[in-house]
Amino acid sequence: MKLRAVAALGLTAALALTACGGDSTGTPSTTESAPAATTSASESESTSDAAALSGEVAGMGASSMKVAQGAWTAKFMEDNSGVRISYAPEGSGAGREGIQQGKVAFAGSDEAFSIEDNKAGSFAACSADSGVLDLPVYISPVAIIFNLPGVESLNMTGELAAKIFKGDVAKWNDAAIAELNPGVTLPDEYIVVVYRGDKSGTTENFTDYLHAVAPSVWDNEADKEWPYTDGGQPAQQTDGVKSSVASGPYTIGYVDASAADGVGVAHLGKDGKFFAPDPEQAAAVVDNSELESGRAEGDLAVKLNREAEGYPIVLISYAIACAKYDDANTAELVKAYLTYISSAEGQALAAEQAGSAPLSDEMMGKVKAAIDSINA
Amino acid sequence: MSTQTPPAEQVGTESDDSHSLVRSKARYGDALFSGISSGSALMIFVILAAVATFLTSQALPAMTSEPDHTGLSEVSALGGFWQWALPLAFGTVWSAVLAMLMAVPLAVGIALYLSHYAPRRVARIFGYLIDLLAAVPSVVFGLWGLMVLAPTLHPFYKWLNETMSWFPLFNAWQAREDGELRPVLAVGGQNMLTAAMVLALMITPIITALSREVFLQTPLLHEEASLALGATRWEMVKQAVLPFSRPGIISACMLGLGRALGETMAVAMILPGKVLVTFKLLTYNNPNTIAAYIAQNFPESEGFGKMQLIAAGLILFIITLVVNMIARGIIASRREFSGAN
Repeated sequence: MKLRAVAALGLTAALALTACGGDSTGTPSTTESAPAATTSASESESTSDAAALSGEVAGMGASSMKVAQGAWTAKFMEDNSGVRISYAPEGSGAGREGIQQGKVAFAGSDEAFSIEDNKAGSFAACSADSGVLDLPVYISPVAIIFNLPGVESLNMTGELAAKIFKGDVAKWNDAAIAELNPGVTLPDEYIVVVYRGDKSGTTENFTDYLHAVAPSVWDNEADKEWPYTDGGQPAQQTDGVKSSVASGPYTIGYVDASAADGVGVAHLGKDGKFFAPDPEQAAAVVDNSELESGRAEGDLAVKLNREAEGYPIVLISYAIACAKYDDANTAELVKAYLTYISSAEGQALAAEQAGSAPLSDEMMGKVKAAIDSINA
Repeated sequence: MSTQTPPAEQVGTESDDSHSLVRSKARYGDALFSGISSGSALMIFVILAAVATFLTSQALPAMTSEPDHTGLSEVSALGGFWQWALPLAFGTVWSAVLAMLMAVPLAVGIALYLSHYAPRRVARIFGYLIDLLAAVPSVVFGLWGLMVLAPTLHPFYKWLNETMSWFPLFNAWQAREDGELRPVLAVGGQNMLTAAMVLALMITPIITALSREVFLQTPLLHEEASLALGATRWEMVKQAVLPFSRPGIISACMLGLGRALGETMAVAMILPGKVLVTFKLLTYNNPNTIAAYIAQNFPESEGFGKMQLIAAGLILFIITLVVNMIARGIIASRREFSGAN
């Protein structure tokens, strides 16, 4: 170890000395030849690897995908050493504006572009005659967790969940809960709600669901901050909610589905059909929802149907790319990157790093076909 | 003492010099040392001024802004900066006061035991233990409070809420809009009382260590005089030790109070805080403290929100400043009666 370090040091010193010597004697030929050699070497390297990508591409958008995009960009750049790809998690709105104003080549957003906004010519990042493609690439389920000694799962409808989290249902043995869970012994204890005290995409995702399925009960719009702070105990971060629920009997809370182990988990649905927050069930609800009609081929905006078969509390985040780019290389890079993130490998990486639910094979096929249609 | 050492040194180092006892050469060491020490003293003012300037320049826009200015959403939800900052200031002071109520009698008791009652060996071992406790990092106290103390106390809190809810501080029932009473007892014992207990534990060693030193400095003549007049040991402590040590105890308490006011990590970990004013101890509706609120919200806020947090920091700075000035005032006004001079 030591010897090698000394040798390396000596070598560096020698190189430095020769470089200095070259400078002082004023023989430009030797100093110039060295960089020339390295460039030619790197060129030959890249040309030998004919299919290798190179260049730089920037994306911006939803912070919900922050962790997943971080993992994807890192892995993609590791596999394609000539590529620089970045994703700035500035928020969905910023991402959509970014692609409209041509600041970035692709965007991330928790919402697809509306049909009215997705018109050819309104995207500076794309060719003049091109609109954008909304591609669902990230599905994130949220689980309702609770702590009832001896009970591992409870059935709930969206409306019941909204009533519980709002405080309209006070006790665990309330008739509304008992009705959906025959055979489960429910204690005569008050329900304690634990919510995220910090700003969180999980809260936004969850309140969006509650507002969508039970607007008459949950009268607040989706928000990163919990609206009914009087009726519950705040906790910091996913871990905080998880440990508060795990350590406090008769509590109920919500966390990213990947963190919902070791506590009771609510199954959601209605009419006797209830679904667990598994990745498959989360992907299923997306599959069983219809695609918005009236859109261009390959523009895959999902009209999420919270009543469809499958686990309904999911957030779909889209990668938004141009149907046609002016620059062929940018198109190649975006295609390659999106192909990677929507592949089984990319989805598995996001599931591992960010706890998302991988796309179903069916959805993967649709997304792949859409990506293949991107051109320049 | 220090004025007598240089000649002694010179005898050793400059033994060949025949005029060793005469102040002849300019003493660069002395000049250097006095320069360094007065420089360090000046540095305190510079740092304090720099902190104050930074806080004020960042905080002023936030303090004077319109309530609907985009910043922290909680500020606009509560309708203005002061509606948001004053409850936080209340939480800070309330938690520190509770901690002091528990810590001061305990710490003074321990210090008296160590200085006047315990056998010398026991006192020494205890002294080490107290110093050790003072060195435990606050995050460790926080973890212990959250994972051990709070869950352990939870059944007790539950019992307290059920049997003593007539006592307002222990009442953890809240009426809903329709008048129905619901328990709002904190989950897992994570309430103001637990947080204050952990704070008390954190400041006890500081107050103990300082008070013990002060008690030990009570002039022996005073103590002996008191005993000779027939006082019992407790009467002697009351007559001689406590009056002599009062300014010292107050300084010790102020140091402890300073730590309690500024303590961040332990409170942030234990207390699920909200922005509100309440004296109730057992509920999950706890007033957050300024330091914990800043720590919890700084990473997620940006721009103007950060300035509002810094403004809260300025308020904390002012609170500690005022507390220290009051303490100085008390010490100064008591000095002539204490017999310390």
